[in-house]
Amino acid sequence: MAKITYIEHGGTEHSVDVRNGLSVMEGAIKNNVPGIDADCGGACACATCHVYVDDAWREKTGSASAMEESMLDFAQNVEPNSRLSCQIRVTDALDGLIVRLPEDQH
Amino acid sequence: MSDQRIVILGAGHAGGSVAAFLRQYGHTGPIAIIGDEPVLPYQRPPLSKAWLKGEAGEDDLQLRPPSFYEEASVEVRLGVRATAIDREAHTVALSDGSSLAYGKLILAMGARARPLPAPGTDLAGVYVLRTAADAEALKSELTPGRRLMIVGGGYVGLEVAASGRALGAEVTVIEREPRLLARVAGEALSGFFHGYHGARGVRFVLGGSVSAIEGEGGKVSAVVLDHGERLPCDVVLVGVGAIPNQELAQAAGLACQDGVVVDGQARTDDPDIYAIGDLTRRPLPLYNRAFRLESVPSALEQAKQAAADITGFKPPPPEVPWFWSDQYDLKLQIAGLPFDVDHLIVRGDPLSAKFAVFHMSGDLIQAVEAVNSPAEFMGGRLLIGARRPVSREKLADPAISMKEVGV
Ligand SMILES: Cc1cc2nc3c(=O)[nH]c(=O)nc-3n(C[C@H](O)[C@H](O)[C@H](O)COP(=O)(O)OP(=O)(O)OC[C@H]3O[C@@H](n4cnc5c(N)ncnc54)[C@H](O)[C@@H]3O)c2cc1C
Ligand code: FES
Repeated sequence: MAKITYIEHGGTEHSVDVRNGLSVMEGAIKNNVPGIDADCGGACACATCHVYVDDAWREKTGSASAMEESMLDFAQNVEPNSRLSCQIRVTDALDGLIVRLPEDQH
Repeated sequence: MSDQRIVILGAGHAGGSVAAFLRQYGHTGPIAIIGDEPVLPYQRPPLSKAWLKGEAGEDDLQLRPPSFYEEASVEVRLGVRATAIDREAHTVALSDGSSLAYGKLILAMGARARPLPAPGTDLAGVYVLRTAADAEALKSELTPGRRLMIVGGGYVGLEVAASGRALGAEVTVIEREPRLLARVAGEALSGFFHGYHGARGVRFVLGGSVSAIEGEGGKVSAVVLDHGERLPCDVVLVGVGAIPNQELAQAAGLACQDGVVVDGQARTDDPDIYAIGDLTRRPLPLYNRAFRLESVPSALEQAKQAAADITGFKPPPPEVPWFWSDQYDLKLQIAGLPFDVDHLIVRGDPLSAKFAVFHMSGDLIQAVEAVNSPAEFMGGRLLIGARRPVSREKLADPAISMKEVGV
């Protein structure tokens, strides 16, 4: 279990408990956090689950796979700390994780 | 306008999503969703992929958690069928004998599995795959050594073939056309999937039409082809496409043509009735045609169109149609549709299982089929949407970035 804080583009914060094994994307959907569309449901096929990982957490969330990297490369407003949240698996080590959401996923 | 009751028929991907968009876009009046399945809206794509292989749990399929509908005050009535629409009275009759008044009605009844026109489909062990209940039943049969016969070499059939192999079943795919994915993909892709599945133990019967399914003691025992060949098996999956659940709309006098006909705002020819998702025949402005798409992205786009039109929110930007499929370690992503194509460009090497096929009309990309090639998919989708011509030489050269192929 990890407490994850999702910060909407407008600044609204949502701190929710997410079960291990779910993705950071699923944690948002299951807790009604707005701002992550996840059109493909986590198949790494749509890039509509884009988040910015807080700098303090970049190492713990690991690095993007080549597939994710290529998807991100064509997404909007990409930053060095951009990730596809369906590709980050939740573990105890992510307790306290902070991610920020882009203005729009399309 | 925004306090009238909106009734949504069909609690699937489109129906569940449009309720959420209506709230997001500011509708404050009542919303009711009527669904004949016993469960909240869920995602169907994993039913033939991760879920079938046992890699996703039941509540991983849910589109939104139960609390969503409560918090958004969306009334969901499950296990109830809509049986008639009275356009004059603005009411819908339901299978529990009640009726429901609407200000705006959104039809989201989806499609159902096309039945196989052959005797024997009622035998135990013969399945289709459209609902979670179908998937549950099929999954319980796919154990090591079981002989699975898949009728239909489309995406659902091939995904189940891959999942079936992962579960240890012996898999044969029977396809009526001379190649796989004949209706939906180009030959290069068909050939690639044929080889990839074949190397993983899937047998194929191409150009084979099923004339009957045979059983013993009420349970399936074999599939018989029209030239007389008899293929013994334990389980049959019929995956020969889907047909739209348009009967209600048709009976209500709405224009239907293999799908409820809608415009680019998901409006039917009744100003108070919208239709979205697999149910609809929708315009494709990029291709100057109308078409019935069966995909999550199209259902979501139309859900946004309807919600925006009803609430007066800004309409969503037009999207390039797209789709994905997962088989074994392959990720297939498709953007666009192969209409008016005069030649193909293959980028990358199919033998490396990392390549993309571009369907071209002159210097314009009409569609791209990308296997383990997300940059080709994402870049191709942008170029298709922008109607931007490309250099054929650059496109054919995987060493040149997809960002540099436009002219
Ligand atoms: C096995 C499988 C794999 C798929 N894989 C992919 C994929 O990888 N990518 C992709 O983009 N798409 C995929 N699809 C297609 C995708 O699931 C559909 O495009 C999507 O579900 C369409 O949503 P919909 O709401 O229009 O229809 P549906 O999800 O079918 O929902 C319609 C709902 O309405 C109900 N209904 C019908 N009539 C009535 C009535 N009279 N009263 C009340 N309720 C009614 C139905 O029972 C159903 O619950 C797949 C589909 C299947 C079956
Ligand atoms: S949900 Fe589609 S890429 Fe993450």
